[in-house]
Amino acid sequence: MNIIVCIKQVPNTTNVQIDHETGRLKRDGLESIINPFDEYAIEEGVRIKERVGGKVTVITMGPPQAEAVLREAIAKGADEGVLLSDRAFGGADTLATSYALSTAVRFLGNFDIVICGKQASDGDTAQVGPGIAEMLNIPHVAYVKKVESVDDKTIKVERMMEDGYDLIESSLPVLLTVVKEINNPRVASLKGKMAAKKAVIKVLDAAAIGADVKKTGLNGSPTQVMKIFTPPQRTGGEKFTGEPNKVAVDLVKRLSDLSLI
Amino acid sequence: MANSIKVLNDKCVGCGQCAGACPFGAISMIERPEHPKKFKLAVIDLNKCTYCGTCFQTCKFNSIEIKKDATQAGVDKSEYKGVWVYAEQRHGEIAGVVYELLNEGERLSKQLGTTLSAVLIGDNIKSKAQDLISRGADKIYVCDDPIFIEFQDDTYTSILTQLIKKEKPEIILMGATNIGRSFASRVAARIHTGLTADCTSLEIDLETRNLQQTRPAFGGNIMATILTTAHRPQMCTVRHKVFKEAKVEEGRKGEIVDCKIDVATLVNRTKFLGFIKDESSNVNIGDADIIVAGGRGLGKSEGFKLLKDLAELLGGAVGASRAAVDSEWIPYSNQIGQTGKTVAPKVYIACGISGQIQHTVGMNSSDIIIAINKDASCPMMQTATYALEGDLYEIIPNIIKEIKSIRCN
Repeated sequence: MNIIVCIKQVPNTTNVQIDHETGRLKRDGLESIINPFDEYAIEEGVRIKERVGGKVTVITMGPPQAEAVLREAIAKGADEGVLLSDRAFGGADTLATSYALSTAVRFLGNFDIVICGKQASDGDTAQVGPGIAEMLNIPHVAYVKKVESVDDKTIKVERMMEDGYDLIESSLPVLLTVVKEINNPRVASLKGKMAAKKAVIKVLDAAAIGADVKKTGLNGSPTQVMKIFTPPQRTGGEKFTGEPNKVAVDLVKRLSDLSLI
Repeated sequence: MANSIKVLNDKCVGCGQCAGACPFGAISMIERPEHPKKFKLAVIDLNKCTYCGTCFQTCKFNSIEIKKDATQAGVDKSEYKGVWVYAEQRHGEIAGVVYELLNEGERLSKQLGTTLSAVLIGDNIKSKAQDLISRGADKIYVCDDPIFIEFQDDTYTSILTQLIKKEKPEIILMGATNIGRSFASRVAARIHTGLTADCTSLEIDLETRNLQQTRPAFGGNIMATILTTAHRPQMCTVRHKVFKEAKVEEGRKGEIVDCKIDVATLVNRTKFLGFIKDESSNVNIGDADIIVAGGRGLGKSEGFKLLKDLAELLGGAVGASRAAVDSEWIPYSNQIGQTGKTVAPKVYIACGISGQIQHTVGMNSSDIIIAINKDASCPMMQTATYALEGDLYEIIPNIIKEIKSIRCN
């Protein structure tokens, strides 16, 4: 079973701070991490490999320093890392990103399952996974919370929905996007860390994978960013203190004044 | 021809505004001892730059030059007319977000001087068409066939794509639901057009007829306005609960179009095997007007019993922070935040949740936030509309008691 996991290096937005004078993001010391959802994608790839045998290849698209997330994935059980890096990929929207990644997957060839995280924590679009599947002309199942079974030809998964979950069977090859509930990612083992250190990361540019540069990066992006701004920050409101009973009565009065109760 | 961007060394005064403004951290300020006034110089890291133009707009000294490649071939935009709403249904029920899209869609279509249509895909679903007309749609495309009884990406993508290629709308609004976000991207890729995810504001530029699609990014820390300038239709998914629902206008007239379905063209590579309903709650967390959420401060799984009592009393749903889910006090489907769901209810009651950004990105756009916490200094208490200081196990039973007594009177 050949499994390809697409991952993304993102800024760690969880410790982002806003400069209140300029209203801008403070970027000093903002570290880069693996997109949180991709941790589950890597783990699920490794688990499927452990179940039925095969190989897990991780791909990322980004600047040369994105190599770090590939090594981290190898430390957590992936076998190989591929970095797509080229100026021609820069400024890509979700369509152009889907094109570049699908072209790379096709170039690597001979794949059975492609796994992505549900969405990336910087863009939050959830569009690239299904976009890759469309461009590879394979089916996809999004929001997968469990892989029930997998064999040479089919896979059975649970797809998380707002009101419960659907049980879906798909032919292979298939692309899955996974949610957090699917597994608990392992911590890198010492052996894994050694492998990550020694691993030779394959670096590919647009020409190497045969990508049409009219379809990559900014050139291949139908959407453009018109402007970027900081939303107004929430400021504190009213404080309710005192005996629990008083606090509760005050709140309920306020809510009923506002016709919320 | 590639895109290019450069800093004009002679104009840059080293003020650093651009470095602070760059959403991608691509600009750094370096010392320039050779400058007569010792001004610093902005340097752009081309590996990080996406040519978004924010620095260009920010610079007061016209010292950034940006040249964008305009080679991208678009489509003849004049062929595309009308605003569409994808009328998502699941198990025969129209999704709540659809009524919000119809309201917003009607506003946009009036501005553009065009019509509003809805696309209804399902099995035995035609009876819902009049409901959509009474909410403002002028025309309903009904794709009614047993093959559409359950949502599957392959069949839904095929039929919607066929319809778009035939009818050529200029704007398509879809709900940012699991279904919408799963197949909108496939549709956009097949037609080769732009798709903007999870929008919270939509405006029209009348001159270009471009839709200005504004959405949160970087975990809600910044907002970005996105355009699809050369391609049509302009597609976006829209967040639930951001726009108001369209009002019902009894007796409103519209056209219902029965679309011909050629099942042979609908290749399907997946099989729907079953649906397992989440029995833990009657109220869908994304639809709820009131959410009572619990975090680490609950201290034990029994705390959620109390929150559930309050939620039921208010007709709301129960949510949780990651800490509570990881402690296995409540299932993941209730998790709100970065690795869970994004919600925007009218009232969000955060009980024992300190307000780490991983959680707040999922609930920041709630109208009213009520925090109940022993620690008055935690971020949630500092930013809440109403901050209740004290032990939630003492306060919540009192709230329940008080609401009941008000309702009795």
